[in-house]
Amino acid sequence: MRDPRQPAVAATGVRKSFDETVVLDGVDLIVEEGTIFALLGPNGAGKTTIVRILSTLIPTDAGEVQVAGRDLVDDPDGVRASIGVTGQFSAVDELLTGRENLQLMADLNHLGRVAGRARVDELLARFDLVDTADRPVSTYSGGMRRRLDLAMTLIGSPRLIFLDEPTTGLDPRSRRQMWDDIRALAAAGVTIFLTTQYLDEADELADRIAVLDQGRIVAEGTPAELKRRIPVGHIHLRLADLSALRAAATLLEGAVPDEERLVLRVPGEGDVASLRGLLAQLDDARIPVTELSIHGPDLDDVFFAVTARPNQDKEAA
Amino acid sequence: MSALAYTVGDSTTMLRRNLRRLQRYPSLTLMLAGMPIVFLLLFVYVFGGQLSHGLSANLSGGRSGRAGYLNYVTPGILLVTVAAAVQGTAIVVAMDMTSGIIDRFRTMAIARSAVLTGHVLASLIQTLASIGVVLGVAVALGFRPDGGALASLAAIGLLALFAFALIWLATALGLAAKSVETASNTPMFLTFLPFLGSSFVPASSMPAGLRQFAHYQPFTPATETLRGLLTGTPIGANGIIALGWSVGIALASYLWARRLYANRRS
Repeated sequence: MRDPRQPAVAATGVRKSFDETVVLDGVDLIVEEGTIFALLGPNGAGKTTIVRILSTLIPTDAGEVQVAGRDLVDDPDGVRASIGVTGQFSAVDELLTGRENLQLMADLNHLGRVAGRARVDELLARFDLVDTADRPVSTYSGGMRRRLDLAMTLIGSPRLIFLDEPTTGLDPRSRRQMWDDIRALAAAGVTIFLTTQYLDEADELADRIAVLDQGRIVAEGTPAELKRRIPVGHIHLRLADLSALRAAATLLEGAVPDEERLVLRVPGEGDVASLRGLLAQLDDARIPVTELSIHGPDLDDVFFAVTARPNQDKEAA
Repeated sequence: MSALAYTVGDSTTMLRRNLRRLQRYPSLTLMLAGMPIVFLLLFVYVFGGQLSHGLSANLSGGRSGRAGYLNYVTPGILLVTVAAAVQGTAIVVAMDMTSGIIDRFRTMAIARSAVLTGHVLASLIQTLASIGVVLGVAVALGFRPDGGALASLAAIGLLALFAFALIWLATALGLAAKSVETASNTPMFLTFLPFLGSSFVPASSMPAGLRQFAHYQPFTPATETLRGLLTGTPIGANGIIALGWSVGIALASYLWARRLYANRRS
């Protein structure tokens, strides 16, 4: 029997390499029942690899993992019976209609004829797919496809759902709708494990966020805790030439130059006093600025704050 | 429900899915059944008149000319039909494996074997339907099986078993392929094998080397057995050899396909 107070996901020391490349380098994760957990990281950080491991698709090289209270190695079918997965690439059958896709899932979940059909109708209505239910999925838009994908995941009423970048590639309206769907699931007591590369998405949805970078968790906490570690935003300065850019980069603390675009990224707040101070510093050093813009905090700021290097493969200045 | 009931239930669900997919993608079935029909027409009407001169009376069912060659070539064409149809199996399996839905199946608590079983059974039904169409064309052209009801049943059984073996082989080839394009090419050698056997001309007419190859490759005993069952030519040891090949290919390919599916990592 499983202990109801056990976390939905408990992973310690998870390692995974593909050939010579280390993708996960000792990842520890705890996700409590009934919460929304966001794994935040840039492309290539290892987010999808973690989801593939936790959803039984690939084995770990090392580490202990329990999902839904069951051991990943000893009882993979027990894990599979408790989870639902919506991957980054839509896992729908293009040649079947929306209804047939859902019916297929109902059959594979052994719901029975009557209950299965009722569940299919219920999910079609809930995800606004009734009008297009009998059209082949190949005619669906990106947002509809993602909704069908999520509906297929929900057929068996899983207690834990993995959503791998659920809103990547969606237009803003579909993205909002997906957020509402995720919140509704969480309100119904379902545990959500989602990966994202957008800070605002994690901020908007998650109870806890873990930041994954180069196969390690580099920060973890509630959105509020994490944001306290993040500067409020950053200022973009465009400079006239390379020597001006380099001079400004040495002058200003924490500045990251982009030599190709002649842009300097300076962490800091966008209020009048600090802007005035910044410009005064540049004026004193006789460095002309051609353009200035103020930006709110984004994933780059999180990375800069927790890893002290920018979220690109460039080196920090 | 017991584990066996789940396995049967899940396999049936997958079979239904694959049959529906084949129905939505009819051009593949038409193309694969069309090829043997083109071969049949080509060999009977273009080459048949000339080739029939080299056939002894016992090989052509006592008929002469084109009609005799039709009798001789139809069993071989039916095996070409099988070889062509399983090309579709490899394509469909590879199409499935390169789409996201397989990962969904793999994260669900369903019988592990159901995905492959569903593909194999759907392909078997598709192949038998193709055989029916090609045989229908042959009969329309004048082919008359005269081995009796029992022999005809045995012929269908042999075709089904041989198809089952090649379908598992094509399933493994489809799983092994990195792309759909590769999967459509790798089983192509199967459609050439009947030419290097006794499907179109007696193997005894071939030069040494090729003759030995023709003699020992699986299509030749299958062709000889089928021809015997349908037109009454002597079968000899070919029946047992054809069964042996079919069971051997089916078993080896099944084990290979199962391993490829279980070890999928991409």
